[in-house]
Amino acid sequence: MPLLEINELSHNFGGLRAVSDFSLEVEEGELVGLIGPNGAGKTTIFNLISGVFKVSRGTIEFLGEDITRWPSHRISSGGIARTFQNIRLFKELSVLDNVRLGGYARHDYTLLDAVGRRKNFHTEEERQRQRAYELLERFNLSPYADALARNLPYGEQRRVEMARALISGPRLLLLDEPAAGMNQSEAQELIRLILEIKKEFSLTIILIEHQMRVVLNLCQWVKVLDFGETIAAGPPQEIHHHPAVLEAYLGRDGALTEEDPERAVKAPGIIP
Amino acid sequence: MVTSDKQKKLLILLGAALLLALAWLLPASGLLNPYIVQILMYVGINMILTMSLNLVNGYMGEFSVGHAGFMGIGAYAASILTVWVLPGAWSFWAFPGVLMAGGLAAAVAGLVVAFPSFRTRGDYLAIVTLAFNMIVKSVLENLEILGGPRGFLGMPRLTNLFWVTAWVLITLLVLRRLVYSNFGRGITAIREDEVAANLTGVDTRRLKLYAFLISAFFAGVAGGLFAHLLQFINPRSFSILKSTDMLVMVYLGGVGSLAGSLLGATIFTVLMEVLRPLGLWRWVVGPLLLVLLMIFRPRGIMGFKEWGWLGEGSSRGGRGTPVVSSQ
Amino acid sequence: MLQILGQNVLNALQLGSVYALIALGYTMVYGILTLINFAHGDIFMVATYLSLAAAVFLLGLPVGLPPVVVFIGALCFSMVLTALLGVVIERLAYRPLRQAPRVSAVITALGVGLFLENFTLGLLGPEPRHFPSLIPPGTWEVAGLTIIPLQLLIILLAAVLFVLLDLLVGHTLLGMAMRAISYNRPIVPLMGVSVDRVISLTFAIGSAIAAAGGLLYGLAYPVLDPYMGVRIGWWAFISAVVGGIGNIRGAMLGGFILGAVEIFTPMVLPSSTYRDFVAFSLLLLLLVFKPTGLLGRPVFERV
Repeated sequence: MPLLEINELSHNFGGLRAVSDFSLEVEEGELVGLIGPNGAGKTTIFNLISGVFKVSRGTIEFLGEDITRWPSHRISSGGIARTFQNIRLFKELSVLDNVRLGGYARHDYTLLDAVGRRKNFHTEEERQRQRAYELLERFNLSPYADALARNLPYGEQRRVEMARALISGPRLLLLDEPAAGMNQSEAQELIRLILEIKKEFSLTIILIEHQMRVVLNLCQWVKVLDFGETIAAGPPQEIHHHPAVLEAYLGRDGALTEEDPERAVKAPGIIP
Repeated sequence: MVTSDKQKKLLILLGAALLLALAWLLPASGLLNPYIVQILMYVGINMILTMSLNLVNGYMGEFSVGHAGFMGIGAYAASILTVWVLPGAWSFWAFPGVLMAGGLAAAVAGLVVAFPSFRTRGDYLAIVTLAFNMIVKSVLENLEILGGPRGFLGMPRLTNLFWVTAWVLITLLVLRRLVYSNFGRGITAIREDEVAANLTGVDTRRLKLYAFLISAFFAGVAGGLFAHLLQFINPRSFSILKSTDMLVMVYLGGVGSLAGSLLGATIFTVLMEVLRPLGLWRWVVGPLLLVLLMIFRPRGIMGFKEWGWLGEGSSRGGRGTPVVSSQ
Repeated sequence: MLQILGQNVLNALQLGSVYALIALGYTMVYGILTLINFAHGDIFMVATYLSLAAAVFLLGLPVGLPPVVVFIGALCFSMVLTALLGVVIERLAYRPLRQAPRVSAVITALGVGLFLENFTLGLLGPEPRHFPSLIPPGTWEVAGLTIIPLQLLIILLAAVLFVLLDLLVGHTLLGMAMRAISYNRPIVPLMGVSVDRVISLTFAIGSAIAAAGGLLYGLAYPVLDPYMGVRIGWWAFISAVVGGIGNIRGAMLGGFILGAVEIFTPMVLPSSTYRDFVAFSLLLLLLVFKPTGLLGRPVFERV
C-alpha cells in the first residue's frame, strides 16, 4: 500500500485551472521530486495535500485513510509535515517556541491540567522541551534557543523550520523549494542534510525544487508539471533530457545556446 | 540572587497572601481614605478587564473591539441573581458564585463572537465584535424588565477591595498559566501566522474558542464586581466608549504582556480620575491617547515583554542564551 | 393598505438615499486603503453641524436670502469644510499607519471617531440642536401618494451624486487611479500616479458626499446631537458591508436595503426599538455567510 495516493486532483482559482488531474503514488521511503516552471501548480498541490485549499475534485489517501476533507491541523498532526517556499516561522516567538509548536499536537495534557499546573503538565512540558532541545542540537541551533526567530540569519531560519517540521515525527515531509536562494556549495550541504534526515527520521519526502542539481541528486522519481498538467514523469535521468520538459522550461525554439539544447540544459550546473 | 523553583513559589504565595491581607485590613482600619479605596477598586476591575482583553487582542492578535458587551452581560447577570433570585442573607456568602455565574453568562455570549472568528479575521472580526457590543446594548435598552435605558439597581454593595484583589490575582494566575503552556504558545502562533499554525498541527478553531470564552468569562466577572460596587448599572455603561477605554488600557500598557495590562489599567484609571475636573472633556482624552499610541507606539509600554516572575517558568536548568530583545 | 406601503416605499427611498450617500464614503476608503474608516459616521455628524452653522448664519443675515440660496450656501460650505476635515484626518491619523499592521489602523479609526464625538460634545454640550427648515412646505398628490418636496429633493440629489460618482470612478483617470490602487497599490507609483494625492482626493470626495448627506439628513430629521454620527454612521456602515464593501454600486444598494429595513421593520415587529437589533443581526449573519457582501469580490491568500 503506498504511503500517499493522490487521484485525479484538480483545482481552480476562479476561472484559472491551476491543477489538472494530478495523480501520484508515493511508496514509503521514496524521495519524489515535483518540478516545473513557476506557476505550474506545484505549491498548489502541496496546499491541497496539507489542507490549505479545499479539495473540490480528486482524492488524497494517506496511510490508507482518505484525508481529502481533513482540516489542515489534523493532516499535520496526522503525520504530514511541510516547509514553505518563503519561510513561515513565528517571527516574534523564540526559536525554542517555534520548534515546540511543531509538537503542539503531541503535548498530552488538557487545558485544565495546564491551568491547574498538575503533575502531568510538568512532566509532559519537560519531556517536550527536552525533545525540542534535542532537535535544536541536531540542527546546530542550540545557541539560538531563546533568540527571536526573526533575528536569525536566513540559513538558520530554514533549519528552524525543518526542526519544527520534524519534531512531531512525521511520516511524510513536503519540502517546498528548500534550496531557494542557495549557491552551489550551500545546495550541496542541503543535499547532504536531506539525505541524512531522511535516513535518521525514516522519512518519505516529496520535494519541490528548481535547482536541477538538487533534484537529480536526491530524487528517485520526478514528476514535471506545466500549467497544472503533468507533462512528464520518470527517473531524473530521463526527465532532464525529455523534450517536453525542455520545451516547458525553455520555450518551443528557445535554448540557452543556439545549437545545443543538451548543453543548454547542462548549463545551470547539473551533474552529468 | 538566585532562587530555586520552590523558593520562588513560596515567595509568590506569601506575596499574594500579604496583598490580600492588606486589602482586607486597610479599608477596614480606616487608614485609607475611602476615595482612594474606591479608586483602587476601579483599578482592580480595570486590570481584570484589560488582562482578559489582552488575551484575545494581544496574545492572539485578534480584533475584538466590543469587550464591554461581555462586561455588561456579566454585570446584569450577577445583578439579577443578587436582586431577584438570592435571598438577602445569602448574597454575602454567595458572592464569588454570583460573580462566576456572571462570568459564565458572558462566556456563553462569547460563543456568539467566537464562531464568526473562525472564518473572519481582521477588519471583519472588528465589525462582528462591534456589532455584538451594539446588540447587547440595544437588547439591554429594550428589556423593560431590566429597567431599559434607565438602568437596574438595588444590588447590595458586596464588592470590596479584598474581593477585587482576590479576583485580580485569580485572573493573573489563570492567564499566566494559560500563556505559558502549550495552549498559550498556540494562541501566539495564531497571532503570528494562522495558516502556518494550522499547518503545524495547531487546532486554531478550538484555541480561538477557548480564548474567547476565557476572555469573556473574566470580563463578565469584572462586570459583576463593577455592578456591586456602583449598585447601579445601565446599558450606557457598556457602550463602545467603554470598549474603547479597554482598548486604550491594553495598547497603552502593552500587548501580549500581563504586566503591561496591570500597568495600562493603573495609568489609565488614575489618569481619568485626575482629569475629572475637566468635565465632559475628559472623554476626549481616551480616544486621543489611543490614536497617538497607535501612531507612535502601537505595542504599548511593555509590548510582548514580561516582568520578573510573571515571565516564563524557571524549569530551564540554566540553558539557553538571554533573550534577544525585540526592540 | 397599498397606500401605506407606497408611502413607506418613498420613506425608505428617502432614508436609503441618506444612508447610501454616507455608505459611499466608507466603501471608497475601504476600496482604496482596505481600511474601515470608523470615523466616517462622525465626520458626517460634524458636517451636519457645519451645515447647521452655515444655514443659521446665512438666515441671520440682514439681507433676506431666499431659502434656495441658503441651501446651496450651506451645502457648499459644509461640503468643502468636511472634505478638508477628511483630508486632514487621513493625513494626520491614517497616513502614518499605511505600513502598520491593520489592527493599528482600525483602532485608530475608532479613536478618531470617538474623539470627534466627544470633542463636539465638549464644545457644544449635550443638548440637541434644531435644524432650520429650508424647503418650502407643501405637498403633491401623485397616484394617491403624498410627496413632499424635501423627499423629492433628497432622492434626486442623491441620485445625481451617485451617477456623478459612478462616472468618476468608472470613466475618468482619477477613478482609474483609485481602482488601480485598490487592486495593487505598490505598482501604482511606477505608473506615474501619486498615491498620496489620489488617497487624499478619495477622502475628500467621500467626506464631501457624506456632507451632502448630512445637510439632507438635517433637513429631513431636524434634531441633531453629537452622538448621531454613531447611529447613522453604523447604519451606513452596515449598508456598505451588506452591499459589498469596496464596491460603489454595492454601497448604493446596501443603503436602500437598510433604509427598507428601518422603515419596514416596525410594520412587522411590534416594537420599533428592535430595529437596531434587526440591522445588526442582519450584519452578523451576512458576515458569517457571505463576508464580502452582496456585490463584493472574494479575497485570496497566497501561501
